[in-house]
Amino acid sequence: MAPLLEISGLRAYYGATEALHGLSFSIAQGGITTLLGANGAGKTTTLRAISGLVRREGSIVFDGRPIDKMATEDITRLGVAHVPEGRGTFVGLSVEENLKIASYGRRDKSGVRRDLDLVFTYFPRLKERIAQQAGTLSGGEQQMLAISRALMLGPRLMLLDEPSFGLAPLIVQEIFQIMRRINEEAGVSMLLVEQNAALALNLAENAYVLETGNVVMAGPSAELKNDEGIRKSYLGY
Amino acid sequence: MEQLIQQIASGLASGAIYALVALALVMIFTATDHLNFAQGEMAMFSTYICWQLIQWGFPFWPALGFTILFSFLLGVAIERVILRPLHNASVLSIVVVFIGLLAIFHSLAGGIWSHTIKNFPSPFPNVTFAGSGYIGAHQIGMILVSLLMLFALFAFFRFTPLGLAMRAAAQNPVSARLVGVKVDWMLALGWGLAAAVGAVAGAMVAPVVYLEPNMMASILLYGFAGALVGGISNPAGAVFGGFLVGVLENLVAYFGNLTEKTFGIYIVGNGEKLTVALIIVITILTLKPAGLFGRTTVRRV
Repeated sequence: MAPLLEISGLRAYYGATEALHGLSFSIAQGGITTLLGANGAGKTTTLRAISGLVRREGSIVFDGRPIDKMATEDITRLGVAHVPEGRGTFVGLSVEENLKIASYGRRDKSGVRRDLDLVFTYFPRLKERIAQQAGTLSGGEQQMLAISRALMLGPRLMLLDEPSFGLAPLIVQEIFQIMRRINEEAGVSMLLVEQNAALALNLAENAYVLETGNVVMAGPSAELKNDEGIRKSYLGY
Repeated sequence: MEQLIQQIASGLASGAIYALVALALVMIFTATDHLNFAQGEMAMFSTYICWQLIQWGFPFWPALGFTILFSFLLGVAIERVILRPLHNASVLSIVVVFIGLLAIFHSLAGGIWSHTIKNFPSPFPNVTFAGSGYIGAHQIGMILVSLLMLFALFAFFRFTPLGLAMRAAAQNPVSARLVGVKVDWMLALGWGLAAAVGAVAGAMVAPVVYLEPNMMASILLYGFAGALVGGISNPAGAVFGGFLVGVLENLVAYFGNLTEKTFGIYIVGNGEKLTVALIIVITILTLKPAGLFGRTTVRRV
């Protein structure tokens, strides 16, 4: 089967500084793939380059279509939902409005209703807080809202940037369980960036390790978990 | 007492105009973090368009309708053509562009229509009715039209998908793009709406202050004051601030005249309205820098 996302020779720039030096990797249809790496390795930049939030060069093909020249808004509408670092909450809008805004570009109104029901089954807490201002939610609830907002886009691929960041372990566990369900039940493929490598390797089937803007290692998560280098640098035992 | 009510009523009438100008300023500010210094001159230019149409024989309301549409398109065009290339420019260059726009509209209006003061017709019938000793028909009309405009805008932002997209784009542009909102177009739309609101303010106040290229100068200042007092980041607050400044300036004159009559000492009068109003504004801002209803934004770094 052709990969859902295929990236080759990807370079990204912040001003004149090159942050990614020709990355190549691909994501299989239907699976969860994770990008590991230390701070500054280029994980977030890779996601931002796919979404067109930074200047980039190279080839990015999503579902057979080149998206490397497209604007962020259009990539989003093709079915790539980016859950950004820091959750990207619209703090002044209500929870309901945060969800609504993501579904405006969609034509399939029945699909929108189905996805909204799905969101409330996964995160009943959001239903309770539907009228509340999103800025008053706790960090965990805002992360749930961010994932829900992405889900309301009706995506085929979710880009998740550090969904565990700053959250209590129990909440993280809950959110990661839901992520697996979204992957299995809604058929959404995922590209996950995580500081917490153990967590990421447990969820994902495949992993790539980034170092200063290059892919230095790749393989099935199970293999990488047992790699001595990975264990020492990222898993800490 | 009668005089006091009269002063408050006419304060509310001019306050309605300040509220509209304040709202126009806030709409652009919340989306771009810039204060559009050219807002007043753009409104003045629109008012001239309306005047010209009336001269050509159009009735007032169709003329105003066309003017609103024209101003909207002009606002959109200014954003797309002039400001779009400057999205990443420094604050200073943008301020210079705003001042340039101000000068351009000012001299354009003067060049096309000359600098002589013109009468601008009021669309409201000059009738007398109960209580008309307190407030004129045009003043009531001003308040009503402004309130109508304000409610229409609030309904637009609160209840329509486009209004929600504009609010989202203003609050968090990156997140908005990630949910498919065309943020660039939302900015242009914001400029268009602000220009349209300004056009209404101009056409409503022109019968009172008469039409000339400088007509909006002090009104823009009051509008700024209203927006800052109410909170530049809060549309409802800015509207309230506009009304507050309008009433305040008239009360200053009223109480100034009262003290002069009672004690024979002249402290403040009509001439110091603007000064005293601005002193009050500065005092409020010193005590509450974000304005009465503004929220201080805290940035996590």
